[in-house]
Amino acid sequence: MLNPQLKLNAKIFNQDSEQAPIRKGFGQGLLLAGEQDPNVVALCADLTESTQMIFFKERFPERFVEVGVAEQNLVTIASGMAAMGKIPFCSSYAMFSPGRNWEQIRTTIAYNDRPVKIVGSHAGVSVGADGGTHQALEDIALMRVMPNMDVLSPCDSIEARKATLAIVKTGKPAYLRLAREKTPIITTEETPFTLGKAEIYWIPDVGLAQVGIIVTGGLMYRALLAAKELEAESPVGIKTKVMNLSSIKPIDVEAIVALARECRAIVTVEEHQIIGGMGSAVAEVLAQNFPVPMEFVGIKDKFGQSGTPDELIEHYGMGKNSIKEAVQKVLSRKI
Amino acid sequence: MFLSDKKIEELELKANDIRKSIIEMLLEAGSGHTAGPLGMADIFTLFYFHILKHDVNNPAWEERDRLVLSNGHICPVLYATMAYAGYFPIEELKTLRKFGTRLQGHPHREYLSYVETSSGPLGLGLSQAVGMALADRISKKDTERFIYCFMSDGEHDEGNTWEAIMFAGKNKLRNLIAIVDRNNIQIDGFTEDIMPLEPLPDKWRAFNWHVIEVGGHDFMALNEAISEAQAIYEKPTVIIAHTIPGKGVKEFERDYKWHGKPPNKEEAKIALDELRTLGGKIKSEHQ
Repeated sequence: MLNPQLKLNAKIFNQDSEQAPIRKGFGQGLLLAGEQDPNVVALCADLTESTQMIFFKERFPERFVEVGVAEQNLVTIASGMAAMGKIPFCSSYAMFSPGRNWEQIRTTIAYNDRPVKIVGSHAGVSVGADGGTHQALEDIALMRVMPNMDVLSPCDSIEARKATLAIVKTGKPAYLRLAREKTPIITTEETPFTLGKAEIYWIPDVGLAQVGIIVTGGLMYRALLAAKELEAESPVGIKTKVMNLSSIKPIDVEAIVALARECRAIVTVEEHQIIGGMGSAVAEVLAQNFPVPMEFVGIKDKFGQSGTPDELIEHYGMGKNSIKEAVQKVLSRKI
Repeated sequence: MFLSDKKIEELELKANDIRKSIIEMLLEAGSGHTAGPLGMADIFTLFYFHILKHDVNNPAWEERDRLVLSNGHICPVLYATMAYAGYFPIEELKTLRKFGTRLQGHPHREYLSYVETSSGPLGLGLSQAVGMALADRISKKDTERFIYCFMSDGEHDEGNTWEAIMFAGKNKLRNLIAIVDRNNIQIDGFTEDIMPLEPLPDKWRAFNWHVIEVGGHDFMALNEAISEAQAIYEKPTVIIAHTIPGKGVKEFERDYKWHGKPPNKEEAKIALDELRTLGGKIKSEHQ
């Protein structure tokens, strides 16, 4: 069942449950951040509407900077603004920022430890029809490898808004990963969000969980559906816990180890390459602290292609059934 | 700002001392770049001892001008000039490129907070300076101080440089002044052989910058160019300073082979002897 302590969206499994793009929460969060802190500025590379900076631009035109299609300039200008006390948010598609401008981010933002917030929209295959060139599947790896950089991948629009407001206050660089398409609203206003803290969204009705499922980003709904169905299976269901790991860096070592201790088997779920992604980050934690069998749901060393988000998520083995299969497989490997 | 003949003489001697220190620190380090630092010694000296609004006793002074060094590989001249200006002991220059030093092979702010940014990878400085100038405009501080960016000619090969030039022109950043070290060399050879830049002034002009060309070792002309740049109200200004790579040591001058290597012991001796006599202008104490 949904963890009752976290006040998640109780209607989530209803047919008519509310949906919104994760990027929309960023747009709302940035507007709020702009109202709360006059030092917040926003820079965009010719994608103001699709990265949802439009609300900020309309409200604070004097604090909005249009850079044109120049992602290297986008982040280096932001670094200079941060040097003068601003808190810049830079947005583009994740494929181009941090995809194209990685070294600029490393040298001028991370190496200088400047509080620039890189916002990568349109991450994952769920970008859909635009095809593989526009589907960022490597960005978590690119950003989490960088010293000083926080990496966040919220699970829904509401969490994206909270994450946006949280990174304003850190005084250091951050990467915020967003998705384009509408996804179900999982959390509520009351659901706790703390940067660096993982939360357990799904718990067994009774007893201990047999498998821990760790999820980041927009696949959370599919993971919850998988957990629900696994538990209801006859004759004996599989009990799981589902963790939302929206803070990939800093990573909640304590919570991940506690989940592994309880379940002794872990599945990770992300819309990203398995190599170097969130699952790898979890494996780094467990290998050093409490090794247990793991299965990884994610992209298996391939590029994306055109299609609907659902088609692509199924094709690349990240759908509900793939998550269920991974849970069954890791259960069979338990020592 | 008015520059007297007496002050120019002082600056010449100071630049000469800085060149000597550059040779000594590169010899001690055993690696690093020689030509660029020697070529830029006069401009760095003019800035730190005449142009810049800064306070050695309060390096983090909020109202200071900002000097962004884009081509970080010429940092020996930055470090030497800062030492002579009083930011740290001249003795410390000998730690260049050694383990634990504040004087990293390419500048890193975490180790030396007096530098405005970390640099080394080329083509990134101008856009950071652009960001600083833009932030000052938004904060309505763009009439209180200037943002200077020192950059190389070779780094015009980088696309990011042109992105920054385009953006600054569009935004009429009057508080931004770029100084291009036009020494015509890069690692693999002469700039016009590797990737021709000319007509360089026309290119900047086409991006809506005010362009001034000046000799990079003429203190009076440089000072006038900076005064003109500060007075231009509608545009950012670039000062294309024609410098001689390796300036001050005849054997090193205008030879791209000195771009990326340090002098050995014998070469350093020749260089120091020449600098000690200011190229024969003054007699050494042994003559």
